[in-house]
Amino acid sequence: MAIDGIGAAVRRKEDYRFLTGQGNYTDDISRPNQVHAYFVRAQAAHAKIVRIDTAKAKAADGVVAVFTGADMAADAIGGLPCGWLVKNKDGSPMQEPAHPVLAVERVRHVGDPIAVVVAETLAQAKDAAELLDIELADLPAVVGLVDALKPGAPAVHAGGNLCFDWHIGDADQVAAAFKNAYKVAKIDLVNNRLIANPMEPRAAVGEYDRATGEYTLFTTSQNPHVIRLLMGAFVLHIPESRLRVVAPDVGGGFGSKIYHYAEEAFVTWAAPKIGRPVKWTAERGESFMSDAQGRDHVSHAELALDKNGKFLALKVSTLSNMGAYLSTFAPAIPTYLYATLLAGVYTTPAIYAEVKAVFTNTVPVDAYRGAGRPEAAFLIERIVDIAAAEMGMDRVEIRKRNFIPTDAFPYQTPVALQYDSGDYFATLAGAMNAIDYAGFEARRAAAKKVGKLRGIGISTYVEACGIAPSNIAGALGARAGLYECANVRVHPTGSVTLFTGCHSHGQGHETTYAQLIAERLGIGLDQIEVSHGDTNKIPFGMGTYGSRSLAVGGTAVVKALDKIVDKAKKIAAHLLEAAEADIEFKDGKFTVAGTDKSKSFGEIALTAYVPHNYPLETLEPGLDETAFYDPKNFTFPGGAHICEVEIDPDTGVVKVVDFAACDDVGRVVNPMIVEGQVHGGLAQGIGQALMEECVYDDKGQLRSGSFMDYTMPRADDLPSFKVSTAITLCTHNPLGVKGVGEVGAIGSPPAVINAVVDALKDYGVRHIDMPATPQKIWAIVNGGHRMAAE
Amino acid sequence: MAKISLTVNGKKVSAEIEGRTLLVQVLREKLGMTGTHVGCDTSQCGACVVHVDGKSVKSCTMLAAQADGTAVTTIEGLANGNELHPMQAAFKEHHGLQCGFCTPGMVMSAIELAKRNSNPSEHDVREWLEGNICRCTGYHNIVKAVQAGAQAMAAAK
Repeated sequence: MAIDGIGAAVRRKEDYRFLTGQGNYTDDISRPNQVHAYFVRAQAAHAKIVRIDTAKAKAADGVVAVFTGADMAADAIGGLPCGWLVKNKDGSPMQEPAHPVLAVERVRHVGDPIAVVVAETLAQAKDAAELLDIELADLPAVVGLVDALKPGAPAVHAGGNLCFDWHIGDADQVAAAFKNAYKVAKIDLVNNRLIANPMEPRAAVGEYDRATGEYTLFTTSQNPHVIRLLMGAFVLHIPESRLRVVAPDVGGGFGSKIYHYAEEAFVTWAAPKIGRPVKWTAERGESFMSDAQGRDHVSHAELALDKNGKFLALKVSTLSNMGAYLSTFAPAIPTYLYATLLAGVYTTPAIYAEVKAVFTNTVPVDAYRGAGRPEAAFLIERIVDIAAAEMGMDRVEIRKRNFIPTDAFPYQTPVALQYDSGDYFATLAGAMNAIDYAGFEARRAAAKKVGKLRGIGISTYVEACGIAPSNIAGALGARAGLYECANVRVHPTGSVTLFTGCHSHGQGHETTYAQLIAERLGIGLDQIEVSHGDTNKIPFGMGTYGSRSLAVGGTAVVKALDKIVDKAKKIAAHLLEAAEADIEFKDGKFTVAGTDKSKSFGEIALTAYVPHNYPLETLEPGLDETAFYDPKNFTFPGGAHICEVEIDPDTGVVKVVDFAACDDVGRVVNPMIVEGQVHGGLAQGIGQALMEECVYDDKGQLRSGSFMDYTMPRADDLPSFKVSTAITLCTHNPLGVKGVGEVGAIGSPPAVINAVVDALKDYGVRHIDMPATPQKIWAIVNGGHRMAAE
Repeated sequence: MAKISLTVNGKKVSAEIEGRTLLVQVLREKLGMTGTHVGCDTSQCGACVVHVDGKSVKSCTMLAAQADGTAVTTIEGLANGNELHPMQAAFKEHHGLQCGFCTPGMVMSAIELAKRNSNPSEHDVREWLEGNICRCTGYHNIVKAVQAGAQAMAAAK
């Protein structure tokens, strides 16, 4: 029987509602009698709140209430919690300043919420906000990472601007290796700050039922159970049994919708005070100054090589911007998701990294697609190209010479991780073939004839997904477990609903998970529904981020299916009057081995719920199983990305003329969805490399605060991509899957910059910081390269 | 407050509006048609594209008063019952959507391109969609979908 199981490019089950305008996003939800909240936000990056007079605003047409931080403080509302504790080199805890829901006494970044006006209509709330009399006394602000640690820098918090000073690896071993180095490659680089910008702005609707005492929050979240836990336990002190969090259709996340945000807590807190549902939807301008931002590192790195070009040791010193407050995951990103990846795909035997996390008067920074791993890949793949140049070696050859051999897995790196599987030679060969690497020099020469500068750049990367083994995460400072939950509910007539703790906001879970179930139970996709996003339906879950939904969430589904099949076999054995050990289950049929006696999956399901002929003494009725799966290790997707660019020296415009990605994502369940995930990641990575940059001026004003100032990649900025896979199976989960959500954004930025540097090699360029804008390139080509590059 | 009357997806409707009310607000808030989305506040992202008298328009940038007396088509008005419009079907077939938020605007914009050019090149599609931002797909499959959708629309004529 043909089923749309593992490996089939099934068209997505969720598409019909999205294509016909019937998606149900948070802003589409309107509750009877709702009121609208408008957040008044700091226009200064750092200021003392002298006075807030709400009288005129409260008296304005349609206004229901006006709240300030003082009102929440009077209610003993907690601050927004941080989910990860990182320790300093000396073992002391990081500095963890309070993060009030609404600012009290001080504002610390442009966009910090000061007051909320709640009115009958949004227009009335905005009109009334103009009547608020707010007096702020400006304080000096600090914006840049390097500036923030200088003596005398304005202090963002009373404890100063250093959040933590952390390290990993063996400094002595690295120092010894550098003494024996034949050459040392060095680089100073910036990983540019980005804004996630999912197309759906954040939104939240809070509701309170006085009859039952139940709160409901509809919110744009990647992980509703995490929001329920953080908000219920730490902020509003509501028992989880009386708090329902629903993340309905969510229009993209890319990390920015992981975190617990002030607006969610506010609407939930305000709903019973006002006695009506409270709705808030971000305008895009608010998103720019209130969604957690990404990246923002300044690093120095040195790579020691022997005379054969083998890497001996790597040392890295990184400053990482936390922004004004600690967002939910922030401390984990530049530490456990960054420095642990600094071995990359290479056998570098000694690595030492130190990371200082820094507070500044900017929007909080947290995970954005890739989260730490793009920063690691960019640093490694840039310094490898510089090392090749220093050594006079070919860029492919130096990589191959240092790759972890394919027969060396499992491979223990010097920075804590153990890679389970990979074949970096295969993915590199795949990408080189796809882009016709051998033919590049002819293309470069042809471009030169018409006055264009062509370059090609390689990035060979590995990343860590499937976050994460709870005991390891806990030992590293995580304040939660990171398992996943699946509840497979077989209905009496044999159709199935999966309730998953992961959350789909573009990834296509409703299709991919259904394929896992179809494969295992031998039923059609039209018999399977996937439910996610509602804490009242799903037992528990940690949500979707870090490319974990298939490796962790999918494995939980497999575990629950194991239990379903085990129980169904017992029922089948009873019905077929055979020993359980003799029952075989294949293609949706339970058969007594060696006979033609069989029962269909539907018959077993019906028997489980109509147990007239059933072993009731030994088996409970029903067919509904839940599994929690805690991963044994991270998974390690990796691969090779090769970018070919052409630069117009007259304008400085870099055109990506070709891009090939060959990735090892483990077993592929739906190749169409996998390719789509890679495409999207590549667009974001190319965006980071060439266009995107979050910019503050020296007073902390956000200069890139709209789509007219922050350059989002558009259709005419990008080529079509050559995407392929060359897989090895993950060895520690039953599906052999690794994860695909972030590979595009991790592998691509260094491929692009390596290509740009290659195109400009005749200009003596060693490095260009991202984004490689036309302005920077034009300056280099026209003799001003000291301004724009080393 | 003023009253406007217009035709939306073939149905005559009217609404009481303020002078500052935008077309998209009438669609979403007054008529409850939430298929048309708002993704920005600077007329850049195109999530709100609808057709006004047959032309694609960013409904966040048109006052509702300007739409008085017009015929508006939204994403909800394309399918014939359960049968998708050829452009919708092409987006599904070619995986031209992920989170679905930019999708209504993309589809509405693509349909106008297809009406002007029944066989657009990749370059034509990428140029045309310059006013529609997608953060999920990298545009690769959107381009394929629009090309296929345009051909299917031409074939269905």
